[in-house]
Amino acid sequence: MTTPDQAAVLVDVDEHRGGTGTARFVLKKLVEALISVVLVVVLFFFLFRMLPGDPVAAMTRDRATSPQQLALLREQMGVDKPVFVQFGNYFWGLLHGDLGESRLLNNGRPVADMIGERLWPTILLVGSATVLAVLLGLWLGIRAAWRRDSLFDRTQTGIALTLWSVPQFWLGLMLLVATNGLFPSRGMHSPDAAPDVLSQTIDVLHHLVLPCVTLLAVFYAQYMLIMRSSLLGEMNADYLTTARAKGLRDDLVRRRHAVPNALLPTTTLVFMQIGSVVAGAVTVEAVFSWPGLGQLTYDALHGPDLPVLQGVFTVLASAVVLMNLLAELLYRVLDPRVRTS
Amino acid sequence: MMGWFLVQFQRRVGRLGAVAAVAALAAIPLAVPAQAQQGKVLRVALTTGIDHLNPFTAVLSASTQIGRFTFEFLTVPDAAKAEASPALAESWTPSPDKLTWTFKIRGGVKWSDGQPVTAKDAAFTFNRMLTDENARTANGNYVGNFETVTAPDDTTLVIKTKTVQVNMNLLDVPIVPQHIWEPVKDLKDPKTDELAIAGVSDGPFQVTEYKQNEYVKFKANKDYWRGAPKIDELQLLQFKDTEAAVNALKQGEVDVINRLNPNQFAALQGQQGITTNAAPGRRYDELSLNFGVTDNANNIIGDGNPVLKDLNVRKAITQAVDTQTLVDKVLKGLGQVGGGVVPPIYTAYHWDPSGTEKVKFDLAAANATLDQAGYAKGPDGVRTAPGGAKLELRLTGHANRSYDQGVAQFVTGWLRDIGITVKQDLVSDDELSDRTQTGKYDLAIGGYGTSPDPDYALSLHTCAARPSPDGKGGSTDTFFCDAQYDDLYKKQLTETDDAKRAEYVKQAQARLYSQFPTIVLDYQNALEAYRSDKFAGFTTQPQPKGAILEQTGYWGVYGATPVGASDTVSDGSGNTVLWIVIGAVVVVVLVGGGVLLSRRGKSAEDRE
Repeated sequence: MTTPDQAAVLVDVDEHRGGTGTARFVLKKLVEALISVVLVVVLFFFLFRMLPGDPVAAMTRDRATSPQQLALLREQMGVDKPVFVQFGNYFWGLLHGDLGESRLLNNGRPVADMIGERLWPTILLVGSATVLAVLLGLWLGIRAAWRRDSLFDRTQTGIALTLWSVPQFWLGLMLLVATNGLFPSRGMHSPDAAPDVLSQTIDVLHHLVLPCVTLLAVFYAQYMLIMRSSLLGEMNADYLTTARAKGLRDDLVRRRHAVPNALLPTTTLVFMQIGSVVAGAVTVEAVFSWPGLGQLTYDALHGPDLPVLQGVFTVLASAVVLMNLLAELLYRVLDPRVRTS
Repeated sequence: MMGWFLVQFQRRVGRLGAVAAVAALAAIPLAVPAQAQQGKVLRVALTTGIDHLNPFTAVLSASTQIGRFTFEFLTVPDAAKAEASPALAESWTPSPDKLTWTFKIRGGVKWSDGQPVTAKDAAFTFNRMLTDENARTANGNYVGNFETVTAPDDTTLVIKTKTVQVNMNLLDVPIVPQHIWEPVKDLKDPKTDELAIAGVSDGPFQVTEYKQNEYVKFKANKDYWRGAPKIDELQLLQFKDTEAAVNALKQGEVDVINRLNPNQFAALQGQQGITTNAAPGRRYDELSLNFGVTDNANNIIGDGNPVLKDLNVRKAITQAVDTQTLVDKVLKGLGQVGGGVVPPIYTAYHWDPSGTEKVKFDLAAANATLDQAGYAKGPDGVRTAPGGAKLELRLTGHANRSYDQGVAQFVTGWLRDIGITVKQDLVSDDELSDRTQTGKYDLAIGGYGTSPDPDYALSLHTCAARPSPDGKGGSTDTFFCDAQYDDLYKKQLTETDDAKRAEYVKQAQARLYSQFPTIVLDYQNALEAYRSDKFAGFTTQPQPKGAILEQTGYWGVYGATPVGASDTVSDGSGNTVLWIVIGAVVVVVLVGGGVLLSRRGKSAEDRE
């Protein structure tokens, strides 16, 4: 078992000992991640081609359309070509950052642009909710474990588990009804906000409250429970007895000795979650009409707008792969045992 | 390392951060009045998407509606009956051979940049559509038959067609300013959605701000030729969730909402300050019967049960479906019983079966029909076809629509009573359209939205609408192919006498009905609601009982009149509140910081 200071020393030792080992490790992980992303791209491409439904028919439903128009649309979309030619074009485009063009939502718009403009609202929403969920979850988890089986532990664990099991869209709607117009029910901007930066910022924050609270309420439980159980695992460790024997106050024992060691599994979880949490925001974004990636996915699914779906899923899957890669690299830094093994 | 940082962060900033965050969250609602609202604003909840502002490429219905609010058309369907009425064109006259149409263009109408609107703009719009395929994306079907379009002078537009075209008095094409659009080479360029191009307009409203995926803001066109709208500003606010939109109406965040479902509609009825509006819809719901459907080379496609090729079986099924019960129970009375494929909102063209044509709901008669046709009932109550196969039909529909679920339940029960077993298989939208387009169904619940001109509703059942043998190019609804029907369809398409044309349209619907390729179940009402404590005077289409938003026109929002006190809020007071809030946050942070510092001092002695 190591305290943070010891860990710092170990990092130094490792760097002196074998820089090439680390480089090889990083390179290996990078290649693995790259292969995963390519597989994801291939898989999604063919998976979406297997879905039922004719994109051209879906586009023109309920509208007077001549067969010539339909043929023209098919040609414009390239869906009249063999599937492997389509894949070749798609993959070549992808290498140049071209994710194709939207068919339904914004016919002809580059998918990369659409994802780009939706990315920041999602990062704002998911990012703030994750940061708050991590802080709240860790704080509650530490306290719940330290006072295991106390009233605090039991009620907090109960509340967290209940919120964790509640459907997000339902919780969101309930919050909308309960707050009775205190917060806006849609979007990220009000058309009535003054154009200056301060008013705009406050307007966005105002819109952020409900979706953020909804996500936070649903997500913090996992951080709390992991923190709680990993801290419980450390509770009977000898080094805590030593620390107490030194005469340290109880909360210092917890803060300086138990928590840093128990944080390792939680850190991994945080990184694994960040990648997938965007996908988890789909329903919340739909309820609050938040103009983010989740909503784009929801719209694209309804089309279905295959190029958009494909683009979104590729980006989301890449995010998961990237975060897993970061977690693996970070874990090596955090935990000396991983490096030496 | 990271863990250590987290702990330090939690220790040093945790409490302070928590206090500040709580204060900030609590303060935000107070800051809401910091909004630059001016004048009377009508807020409309929009629950469908917008693809483009560029009227040449705008395809989705909400975008088309924006085009109606902002651009004027040669003619528009009037509010009373959705029939052609003057707009940019004061009058229009066909030549004796009906191949040349001359439109007299109204003088004195101006674009929002001050330039006059002339016949040259109209000629440019149509000629662009004739020469640029991208310009045909949204409304290309109107110009396919055009020979030439010319503007001999500023007030005269002459359109020559190759063959007689009946919808010439109702060309649903927004007219755009030539001086803005002529320099635009690529109509697919995203820049064409920007206000510098798409924002120059001559309709009752002008777009002032478009935030993609969020809202569109319009200001009233004070110089509009019919007279300025009575509201100052129009906002279309996008909602992805209709429940959230309903809640927003209740809380006064929006003023008008449409596309409600019967449950939401019922919940809003009788609410203080809210008026509901159930208007006849422009959509028909149907139960399609797979009568052995074919492609346009007459090859049978799909896997329909062959018993449905027998007209008697289809007749018996029609006799066994009680459309009145479906309207009463499934639609909760918010709809009309089905007849022809042109909904009753279009009174001139709608057809209802009467007298001997009408197939009445009668289970005994349905049983008799099947008995006579030689389908004997077995001991288990299920009939068998003369070949020995049991009468067992698959029923498909949209799994996510409660309407389809309700209809499926009722139909299954009724058909059981006449000795036909039904296997329900409701599926996703895409799976359903895949199955119905390839003939892989026995019974399918579906429906189509229609336009004021009956051509579209009728065209869905012609031989030519069927797909080619490679599965492409189909625009059919029922796969119906019948010489008599096609003949009537062609006659109505070239008959320019309104009364005679209506007669052909009705005869075509009667022919379709008599062959039972589909049962038109009902026409669902368009369900809308609005804040009657804030607005009145919405002009519905048609009159007297029609829709506010679900229109082919701008009448609903154009007629909106504010009632009661002004919705104006000055922004001065808002800023004061804002500064108070900021001050409060600063105070909280300072006090919190002080408390934290004193705590740190206390625990210093405990350090290792």
